[in-house]
Formats: sequence, structure tokens, C-alpha cells
Amino acid sequence: MFSKLYLELERELRYNKRAAEAVENKIHRLFIEYSGREGVERLKIMDFCGTHEWSITYYGLRSLMPRGLELVAGPGCPVCVVPSHYIEEAIKLSFEGVVVYAYGDVYKLRAKRSVKGAFSLSEARSLGADVRVVQDVLSAARDASSHGKPSVFIAVGFETAAPAYAWAILRDHLPGNLKLLSLVKLTPPAMFYSLEVSREKPTEPPISGVIAPGHVSTITGAKAWVPVAENYGIPVVVSGFEPLDVLVSILEILRQLVAGRAEVVIEYKRSVSWHGDVKAQSAVNRVFEVVDDAWRGIGFLPKSGLRIRDNYRRHDAIAEYGVRELKPGMWEKDMPPGCRCAEVVLGKAYPTHCPLFMKSCTPLKPIGPCMVSIEGTCAIWARYGSREFLDELAREIGEAS
Amino acid sequence: MGEYITLAHGSGGVEMLEILEKLFFRRVREEFKRVEGGVGIDVADDAAAIPIPGGRYIVVSSDAYTVNPPFFPGGNIGVLAASGSINDVLMMGGLPIALLDAIIVEEGFPIRDLETIVESMIKLLEEERVALIGGDFKVMPRGQVDKITITTTAIGVSNGPPIVDKPRPGDRIIVSDYIGEHGAVILLTQLGLSSDLGELVSDVKPLTKLMNPLVSRYRDCITAARDPTRGGLAGVLNEWASRSGVLIAIKDADVPIRDPVRRVADMLGVDPYFLASEGVAVLSIKPECVEEVLEYIHKLGFNEARVIGEVRESERFKGYVAAETPIGGLRVVEPPRGELVPRIC
Repeated sequence: MFSKLYLELERELRYNKRAAEAVENKIHRLFIEYSGREGVERLKIMDFCGTHEWSITYYGLRSLMPRGLELVAGPGCPVCVVPSHYIEEAIKLSFEGVVVYAYGDVYKLRAKRSVKGAFSLSEARSLGADVRVVQDVLSAARDASSHGKPSVFIAVGFETAAPAYAWAILRDHLPGNLKLLSLVKLTPPAMFYSLEVSREKPTEPPISGVIAPGHVSTITGAKAWVPVAENYGIPVVVSGFEPLDVLVSILEILRQLVAGRAEVVIEYKRSVSWHGDVKAQSAVNRVFEVVDDAWRGIGFLPKSGLRIRDNYRRHDAIAEYGVRELKPGMWEKDMPPGCRCAEVVLGKAYPTHCPLFMKSCTPLKPIGPCMVSIEGTCAIWARYGSREFLDELAREIGEAS
Repeated sequence: MGEYITLAHGSGGVEMLEILEKLFFRRVREEFKRVEGGVGIDVADDAAAIPIPGGRYIVVSSDAYTVNPPFFPGGNIGVLAASGSINDVLMMGGLPIALLDAIIVEEGFPIRDLETIVESMIKLLEEERVALIGGDFKVMPRGQVDKITITTTAIGVSNGPPIVDKPRPGDRIIVSDYIGEHGAVILLTQLGLSSDLGELVSDVKPLTKLMNPLVSRYRDCITAARDPTRGGLAGVLNEWASRSGVLIAIKDADVPIRDPVRRVADMLGVDPYFLASEGVAVLSIKPECVEEVLEYIHKLGFNEARVIGEVRESERFKGYVAAETPIGGLRVVEPPRGELVPRIC
């Protein structure tokens, strides 16, 4: 499946502790230099991609950072930002006898309101709906053509996922009974918005650097992030997903900050080019049109979503089943009252800033989506606590060994 | 929702403990949670124990097995059902001597397949020298059961006090083999990705060759023993940590995981520690015995066995499982919750 060389490279980037320590030491040195010179105690770097956040948590990178250098997660999970409305629509379809195909985390995603007693597709399934978890659109296509029943695939994702959907349509891989419900989102608008918000009411330090999504950039090319570096004057590093990739990307951000530069740099050179995958871009353009789209808890962001063009409407679940689209007029904050998930998602507030956090909103009785989703920032904080928690844990483990 | 059973309730994680608590532990009066002097549902362990004269115990475990598909690379539901209950008895310190099986099969199930399943179960029992002493056989109308389920009850005898899991500060944690292989195989197969399996097969097997000699020789060294089935290694360690009020610290780099399992976990975005093993033991061993025990386990042919971490006393972090990551970072190993499904983001 993978070349030997690739596996070797992966091993190096994942397990080479000495290399990691060397990068870590440089990060500590540069941070001290920068924070001393600029007189800042805290510096925020935003990662933007669910998989980066996963690597950071899974490999414990936060525990390796100097105190004051904070890694915050941006709105980089295409699942967490699906508005409650569309989940409700999908649950409704599933109860109307449509076979609904979803990724595992979409399957678990909770809506704000229940539809016939189900808050999620997984609950709909326990109540008798036919909901099936799949790993990609082609397996949904194979399965749907085997039974021929009316079916919908919930096409969630960022720029990375879009080409697969586009090709499934262009190459005629979709059986007539399977329609796509496209909820694809585009990342640059959300990044602009996060940076914008991080500068309003600066109770918190603004974002000083961005770890840009690696997979997305293989499609869009690193060039997509130039406006971020130019308009906001902050370094952007397109990063790979192994722990050493992320460490090197953080180091590059600090290097630029120390040197007073703000550029787009590709760390993930083994996959990402400056211009990206032009063929994929054009396939996506042929099939999809760009629309203003709603992000859960955030609201409508201009030109931030993809819907299937009229030419291909025979594949479009929205056209076929009259799925109601969320309109800016209908937009209500699909967050419970008092919940600051939206700001947490944007890296603007920490969970501890929210009045509900660990008071009325806990992992066992979650209120906001940041707590509901197991990968939501609040859920992670509830379990791991803050940086202090990790430091203390490290001390305790270090003491005895 | 709350009023309905979801698949998460049966996934061996947090939700399952909650529903068991609600349905059973809270309702059964303390005195009826065990036979006097024995072990029952007063402690959530692998099996129950009933005292018999001579300081010995009968050890019993019952488990229902459903697996989709019933035939999978490396085994079938019959092998799984026999091995699973046998292993539960073994992990409690008992030597299995007999088994009962109750099979519920769907109308229309091919008899030839049923023969294969039962044959492989019987063959396994013969090899294990375990008698098949009873059971039940029922057929359900088409659609009312998914192909086949098998419930097995294994009975064993323990020559000393049963191993009731209670890891103590200072103990070392040993795993006997590569973890997560059964879980990886089933997950890939269910997703229709069995072409990605390569050489990977389920690790389903009885652990008699490991546990029987080990328990006879080192019973006093073992403070806990468990096979990490549903919920995986993360499930076992978290349960131990929270039930014994200790911190368990492991090193990711020391946990034996075969490359293909790691790859499956990567591809599906699941933590390999959540993947089930059906032929692996996790042991908590007193520090003074650890070297000797490990050497002995190797001698028994379990060459991949290793110490992956230790049990610590901690006021602030009791109930937690922490892992040092390969590059020296630190993370909390979470208990499994919800269904194990692949992530996209």
C-alpha cells in the first residue's frame, strides 16, 4: 500500500525523539528571544485542521511548548461546523425511508432539536431508520447500487473531500438512486473570519501565526494562504501531520516572527505545491458552485460553501428531496444560550472563559457542540484540563521515574 | 433521547457501564450480588467465583457473542465464543473445564456454515480439554436476529483465591502480545475494506497456554489480569485506574502494535488502544516479581510480551491513564466511549 521509503520517512517524523528534542529546544530559545524583545508573555498559534489538532493532542505536543506559547484550535473540523439544521434534515430523510450514508463522526453529531425523538443519525438508527456508516463516497455508491433504494450521502468536508465528490459525479460512479447532500465548506473564508475576530476586543492576544491545513493545501495549493500572510501580517506554514512536521512548522513561525517576516512557507513539501492540484480544482469547479454558507455557531460566511450546480442536479439531494436550505434570514445561533462555543471554535475564548463550562455543561451532560463532540475543544479541556493540568501531570510522572 | 437503547450502550465504554449500573448494580441488593465468600457483580471483573471446600473456587463466566460478519479473517463466531469465555475464566485465575453454549440462528442461515462454526468450536474445546456439557439451540424468524448469536458459559476451577483486579501502586503493567488485531480486522471488514487487510488476521485464541502455567506459578505476583476485548487496552487501563483509584502511566513506544494495525488505525482515525484484542492478556504484576514473570512469559512462547508502564499513587490524578508519546510529549489515554467509528476530521 505504501512504499518502503514512505514508511521509513513516517517513522522518522513520528518517533525520532532526538530530532524532536532538538526542534523543541530551538522553539524554546526563539520564544524567549521573541517574547523578551516584544514584551509579550503569551503568543497564540492557531492550527486549523482537525487532523493537526489530533496530532497535537495525540502526541502531546502542548506539553512540549514553552509556557506562554499556546496552540489553539481553529474551526478546522468540517463536521463540527455543520449547522444543526442540516443534521435535522438528514434525520428527517432517514425517517422517511431514505437510506442515509454518513461518515462516523457525522453519524454521531448532535442536532440542537430532536426529530421524532432522535438528536443524531445514530439515534435515528436505533429508532429504526436505515443509517449506514461509510468511509468514502465510493463505498456508499457501491452499497447503494446493490440495494437500489433511495439513498443520500452526506457529503461533508473541506477542499480535500470535494474532488472525490466531483469525480464520483463526473466519472459516473454514482448510481441513480444515490444523491449527494453537499455541505462542503471552504477553509480560507473561515480563516479570515477567525483572524478578524481574534483582533476585535483584544482581551486575548491575537493569533500570531497559522499552521495551515496540509491536506486542504494539496488541492488548493499554498498560494491560497497568501492573503492571510499579506493582509494580517502573520506567518503561515503549511504543515504535514506527523509530530515532527508540526514542531518544525511552529519553529518556522517563530523564526519568521523573530525576523519580522510574514510569509507563506510550505513545510509539507512532500505533498503540497504552490499551485496545488489544478485538475482537482477544475473538477470541483465544474460540479460545484460557491455559495454563502452557514457555519455552526458562527453564522454565514461569504463564499464559504459548495453546492452542486444545476447541470448535475440529478445527483443533488437538495433538489431531489427538497431539502430546505438555511437562509441568512432563518439563521439563528444554533448554540444554546450562554454557550461560548463559537468563540472557543475561533480560538477567541478558552473553555474556562465560558460561564457554563464544567458548571451546567459537562461531558456527561453536554450543552454546547464543543462539549458534545468528543473532539470539541471543551470536551478535550474537560478531560485534560488546561496546560497547568498537563504540567502537573508531567511533574508527577517525572518525579517517580 | 435517553429512553432508548443505542449501539453505544453495547460498545464496552462509558455508556455501557452507565446502563449496567442503572439496570443491575443499583437494583440488586448487596447480599445477592455474589455467593457468600465469592465474587459476583459486586466487582465488575471478568468472571464470578464461588467458594468450594479446600480453599478452591468455581469460576464462571457467561458472554453473548455477535459479530458481523460471522466469518472473518483469522476465525469465526464459534472460535470467538469459545475462546472469549474461556479467557474470561482464565483471567480470573481459573482453569476452564467445561462450557455450555446457546445458539440463536436466523431462519435461512446455511446449515453448512453452521456446521463449520460448530465444528471449529468443538475442535477448539478438544484442544483445550474443555468439555461441552450443555446448551440450547433456537431459530428465529428471518430478520429477527442478525444471522447468528452464540452465548457461551465457561466453568473453571481455581486452586487459590480468584484474581480480582486491584492494581497497586508500584505494579508494572505487562501486555502479552501485539494489541488491536481483532478490532482492526472487524472494523475494516465491516467497512467493506477487507482488501486493505493484507496479512492481518484476528488474534482470536484461548490464552490457556499463557495463563494456566503463569497462574499456577505466580498467582501471588498478579494483582490484576484482563483480556482487552471491547474497549481495548484503553478500556482495561482506564477501568483499573478508576476502580483502584490509581494513576497508570505507560509509554506509547513500549506498547506492541503491529504496523498494519497502526496503519488501519491511522487510516480510520481511531486510537489503536481502543481496538479489541481477543487473544491478549493485560497483567498488573508486583514490582518484585516483574523480571521473573516477564522472562517466564517469554519462555511460554509469548515473545512480544513487554512491560508498557506502571501503576502510580496520585491524589490529583487518580483514575487517569497517561501516556508518554514517542517524541516525549504527554497525553491522557481516554476511556472508550460511544461506538467505535472512523473519523473524517
